[in-house]
Amino acid sequence: MTIEVDVAHRLGAFTLEVRFTSQGRLTAFFGPSGSGKTSLVNVIGGLIRPDRGRIAVDATTLTDTASGIFVPMHRRRIGYVFQEGRLFPHLTVRQNLMFGRWFTPPQERKVELETVLDLLGIGHLLHRRPGGLSGGEKQRVAIGRALLASPRLLLMDEPLAALDEERKAEILPFIERLRDEANIPIIYVSHSLAEVSRLANSVVVLHNGRVAAAGDPAEVLSRSELVPQDAVEEAGAVIEARISQHDIEFGLTMLQSNAGLLRAPYLDLPAGTIVRVRIRARDVMVANAPPLGLSALNVLAGKVIELRTSGESVAEVAIDCNGVKLWARLTRKSVETLGLKPELPVFAILKSVALDKGTLGKSPLSENLRGADLGVRLQDEGLARRLVQGNGGLP
Amino acid sequence: MEGWLHLSPEEWTAVRLSVRVATVAMLASLPIGVAVAYLLGRYKFPGKSIVDGIVLLPLILPPVVTGYLLLLTFGRRGPVGSFLAEQFGIVFSFRWTGAALACAVMGFPLMVRAIRLSIEAVDRRLEEAAGTLGANPLWVFVFVTLPLIAPGIIAGMILCFAKAMGEFGATITFVSNIPGETQTLPSAIYTFTQVPGGEAGALRLTLVSIAISMAALMVSELMARWVGRKIWTE
Repeated sequence: MTIEVDVAHRLGAFTLEVRFTSQGRLTAFFGPSGSGKTSLVNVIGGLIRPDRGRIAVDATTLTDTASGIFVPMHRRRIGYVFQEGRLFPHLTVRQNLMFGRWFTPPQERKVELETVLDLLGIGHLLHRRPGGLSGGEKQRVAIGRALLASPRLLLMDEPLAALDEERKAEILPFIERLRDEANIPIIYVSHSLAEVSRLANSVVVLHNGRVAAAGDPAEVLSRSELVPQDAVEEAGAVIEARISQHDIEFGLTMLQSNAGLLRAPYLDLPAGTIVRVRIRARDVMVANAPPLGLSALNVLAGKVIELRTSGESVAEVAIDCNGVKLWARLTRKSVETLGLKPELPVFAILKSVALDKGTLGKSPLSENLRGADLGVRLQDEGLARRLVQGNGGLP
Repeated sequence: MEGWLHLSPEEWTAVRLSVRVATVAMLASLPIGVAVAYLLGRYKFPGKSIVDGIVLLPLILPPVVTGYLLLLTFGRRGPVGSFLAEQFGIVFSFRWTGAALACAVMGFPLMVRAIRLSIEAVDRRLEEAAGTLGANPLWVFVFVTLPLIAPGIIAGMILCFAKAMGEFGATITFVSNIPGETQTLPSAIYTFTQVPGGEAGALRLTLVSIAISMAALMVSELMARWVGRKIWTE
């Protein structure tokens, strides 16, 4: 599953000049609007012929301007899920789903309708027409349609951007399943930090048509200078943690991370699952002494490693907790009151309820690491579910 | 009053001829109409405005002028007419086929206009989506574009048919007014008005003409609604 891209293309006053290689199951293109994400995806999908460059997926060259190779889009076998779904209004859901499959040579058909219906939960929609579907249903059908063409690569261009928060939450688990269960590499375009940090195995940050950073999400997404201005409220650290046990009495889930123990509202995932936790800088408080009489359940010891002012009143403090870098967004006044400076031992404090659906999700690592060292198992999963049904757990 | 609405055999001949001429004119110009509408709706090319103008010309020229131009071109001694007659044995002048040709030419601009509007309204992003799913441009046209422009095609067909049913000037100039061969409904009505005591016949054919036009309109409405329901609702 290797994707190699090295292209340059001019679109009016905008220049796209991108070079990266990704091995990940889900590679996210992340950046503000106008950074060239969609153009880049269109170049990969063959909707745009680049001025110069080369694109290859798993050793198959799709575009190579030097040797005059340009595979037309209908022969690329690259699935494309568009932001607006683009379902065919004159066909039923079933006909929409089977459209791409019909054009796939029989020996290349690797994806079955049953599998897709099951994966995306759209079996009951087969005889409906797109006009009568909700936004979330449309997007699931669009994903299924692309999958049934048995693509060698799946492009998803802001598939959730047109949906409200509730619908997004409805679809995200399906995309997680797709990432973990379908054997198809995915390129996922988004300007949402929440989506990217939850889904990506690898991130390519685009800025003004160029690659600003690329690599491991935990590393890349913690660098606030790379986060688009409109997402700065959401910015913070992204860390991996393992579910060590569930606290049935209080409906909590214990997460063991290198930074220390975190308590989150109950997650409906088995113990041992690796989850990805985004700790928003604005949710982190800082104390210079062990706090007493505090409601927040998560207190992590560490030391200040960096101070950065951002704007008139706000400062960002980087705290090293046992090798894990967390960010805290504080007022400059607090920084001065506490006398924060590099090397000062501090405590990072995080409310458990700040770890919610928007910041927690099954890590792409969990498939690889499952069973490695499972830790404590949940004794009565059914009971736990009854106790905290619908309470902060993932669907 | 009994039997007043009873059509004479000659009148029936005119009615049948008119329906046949209009149907043939409509069906024969359909593929060309779709092709020209697609060309004009989708592509930019040098001389596009000239092609556009030629297509629209029959709409603005006096029909007699169009008929006379047809006579000059497709008549037995015209360049195209003599070629077709010698090579393929196809003769237009003073035949019902000539009436169909005249009607097709007169109805063509209306057909192209209706289809072109619907082609321009097609969401091209849907065609792109079909392309990413493996459909080559021909299949994209057949499975996506064509169904989406079906309402426009139906509208264009019905406009062309209606125009053909009513065509008079170009037809009579090109192929004259021969009963049983080129005498369509309008020509027959015109003939009735030119002879004493022809009012009753003229009125009968007028009523038939109205009935056929209304029927065509209703059929098109039904078809458009059926296609529209298939496309846009549950």
